[in-house]
Amino acid sequence: MAIPDPLMDGATVLGFLLLVSISAVLFGRYLARVYSGGLSRGPFGKIEAGIYHTIGTEPDQESGWRQYAKDMLLFNGIGFGVLLVILLIQGFLPLNPMGVPGFEFHHALNIAVSFVTNTNWQVYSGETAASYLTQMAGFTVQNFLSAATGISVAIAVMRGITRRTTDRIGNFWVDLTRTVLYVLLPVAFIAALVLASQGVIQNLDPYVETSGGTAGPRLIAMGPVASQEAIKELGTNGGGFFNANAAHPFENPGHLTNLFEIFLILLIPASLPFTFGELSGRRREGIAIFAVMLALFLLAFAGLYAAEWYGNPTLARTGVSGIPMEGKEVRFGLGGTALYAVATTATSCGSVNAMHDSLTPLAGMVPLLLILLGEAVFGGAGSGFYTYLAFIVVAVFIAGLMIGRTPEYLGKKMERREITMAVVVILVPTLLVLLFTAVALLIPAGAQAMLNPGPHGLSELIYAYTSMANNNGSAFAGFDATTPFFTLTGAFVMAVGRFVPAVAMLALAGALAEKKTVPSSPGTLPTATPAFVLWMIFVIVIVGVLTFFPLLTMGPVAEHFRMIGGI
Amino acid sequence: MTSLRSAAILFTLLFALTGLAYPVAVLLAAGTAFPFQAHGSLVLAAGDRVAGSQLIGENWTLPRYFQGRPSATSGAPYNSAGSGGSNLGPTNPALVRVVEFRVQALRDLGIEGPIPSDLVTASGSGLDPHLSLEAALLQVPVVSDARGIPEDQLRERVLALAVYPAIPFSGPYVNVAALNRELDRWHGGDGYGSS
Repeated sequence: MAIPDPLMDGATVLGFLLLVSISAVLFGRYLARVYSGGLSRGPFGKIEAGIYHTIGTEPDQESGWRQYAKDMLLFNGIGFGVLLVILLIQGFLPLNPMGVPGFEFHHALNIAVSFVTNTNWQVYSGETAASYLTQMAGFTVQNFLSAATGISVAIAVMRGITRRTTDRIGNFWVDLTRTVLYVLLPVAFIAALVLASQGVIQNLDPYVETSGGTAGPRLIAMGPVASQEAIKELGTNGGGFFNANAAHPFENPGHLTNLFEIFLILLIPASLPFTFGELSGRRREGIAIFAVMLALFLLAFAGLYAAEWYGNPTLARTGVSGIPMEGKEVRFGLGGTALYAVATTATSCGSVNAMHDSLTPLAGMVPLLLILLGEAVFGGAGSGFYTYLAFIVVAVFIAGLMIGRTPEYLGKKMERREITMAVVVILVPTLLVLLFTAVALLIPAGAQAMLNPGPHGLSELIYAYTSMANNNGSAFAGFDATTPFFTLTGAFVMAVGRFVPAVAMLALAGALAEKKTVPSSPGTLPTATPAFVLWMIFVIVIVGVLTFFPLLTMGPVAEHFRMIGGI
Repeated sequence: MTSLRSAAILFTLLFALTGLAYPVAVLLAAGTAFPFQAHGSLVLAAGDRVAGSQLIGENWTLPRYFQGRPSATSGAPYNSAGSGGSNLGPTNPALVRVVEFRVQALRDLGIEGPIPSDLVTASGSGLDPHLSLEAALLQVPVVSDARGIPEDQLRERVLALAVYPAIPFSGPYVNVAALNRELDRWHGGDGYGSS
């Protein structure tokens, strides 16, 4: 193996992130126009108006946070029901050339919750268990709609912060429709064609029989992959068409598609801070949020890259040279693998181009940490932004206590109700992870599900509940989560981890919308300064790391010392 | 209109748009503009047989051929209808054992010196079509012996097929199946390749 060049790789990553940043500024402004109704006079305006007419609503018919939350839950409930039924009866439905049967009930339940919550945790292997119809009408639909739900909630939360003395924060149907029509569909369609041009397949063919080298014939799995791949990355969903996800050559055939997919993963989460800057009329605030996210992203990349660069001394002793390649693809290289792993776990995507289970211990801890931070580093489409706002509330609260002022953000006083809601957003996933990891360890199910022995097995278990509670969906995939204990507790964890924070943020937005704006004074803590950016980084890292320090010590950190000790 | 009715109708409309219209539109557009890629970049063999795909790795076990990376797909290696990695953790003794075993197998073929790690570790997909150029060149003496081709000629063929990626994340690599098919075309094959 050619030894990677850290300077060259670092420069490439910086160049790539510059491209992402420029695109995010432009796309963020575009999003601001979309949600202000600026595109409704465009070519798709007629479709938009037709949809509103059919469901009996108008863009200016806005509702309070309770109604908004109710509509959101109702809509997702219907989506869940439809997907569940498709999964159960796919054996009787068309577009099933390989004749796969319906899913067992507890698997179907877990998968339906997983896709509706934007988690895309997968207890099945795509090419052996899902029909083409399930992939298209089941998974692709929820890839669009769960992402659109998250973005809609984020936009409603932005309205709550920027408006004053009103009880209205928007119309869920309108936000959702605009997200699908003007954001997700056009970008996904173009992205799908770009991917197809590079070799990502898109067909309804039966699996193809080939000679398969010298060891006997093989079947090659086929399917409508490009359409799924594009939206799975753009919507930060992450559920692979194939079991190997974006490591599979038909999902991610080359080093260029790899970068393109990482770009799609980051696009919407990186744009939303700038959208917020536009909608609030304070671009500097948007830039400050983006700066925090970018700084944490770079730190994470450096950490993961360095750990893999250091390598695995145990393997090196067997006469092997180069970076550890177990679970990695040659075409992506270390830089392309590390960048993907960081992007997919900083956001709530969860798609993978390498098996995280086989990363060296500290490298594997980076994705775990990024998810544990609540996915506030860019985060999921929409969900990342509102989680970040919860961190802002906590940060101005702590800063307020330290300097003895009433905490406020953008002229809105943060009082008991706001702080409570923000803490709920941050604590609920945390509690789910700690509680269910502990329960699983106390009963045989936990240890039985682990593939790898020692501290690594514990890391697998922590990663599983972390990924589900924060709606990421990536896994230390050796872990066997297909037993009823994990499918059922997992479904519960994913649902609570998604909808409780979303509703709490809507409540927080509702409370903020009702408030007056207080003019800034010399005592106001400015939130668009380098000092506050640094403060935010500290708060996010301290809250995240302190909460999970004991667990991380027993898992990845213990394994690291075991590895360098050569036990 | 009640929320429930609005939700149900909106879901139906968006379901039709994203679950039917969108994938079908991509199917038509990709099938028209990129028919070769859309159907799997398949490599045809003599008759109506499909030899493989340009993008999917295959299992080459005879010494006449360059071998690719180990594969941990379900059932059998390079099962292209059951992708996946080993998921063995970095300190798992099973990983160390299997890597030692593979290194020994290469030593038995007469390969000396440090072994590039991609040659003895399973990829994430289990279908990695590539091998680092270094790992391919290491096998030149073995294949040259088995085929009776001079080493320098064989080395030239390998170098001619090497890909130097535009993004500098990875060093040069070769597509193993393409290399083996090229060998068969050039030097006569056993019918495993595409000739």
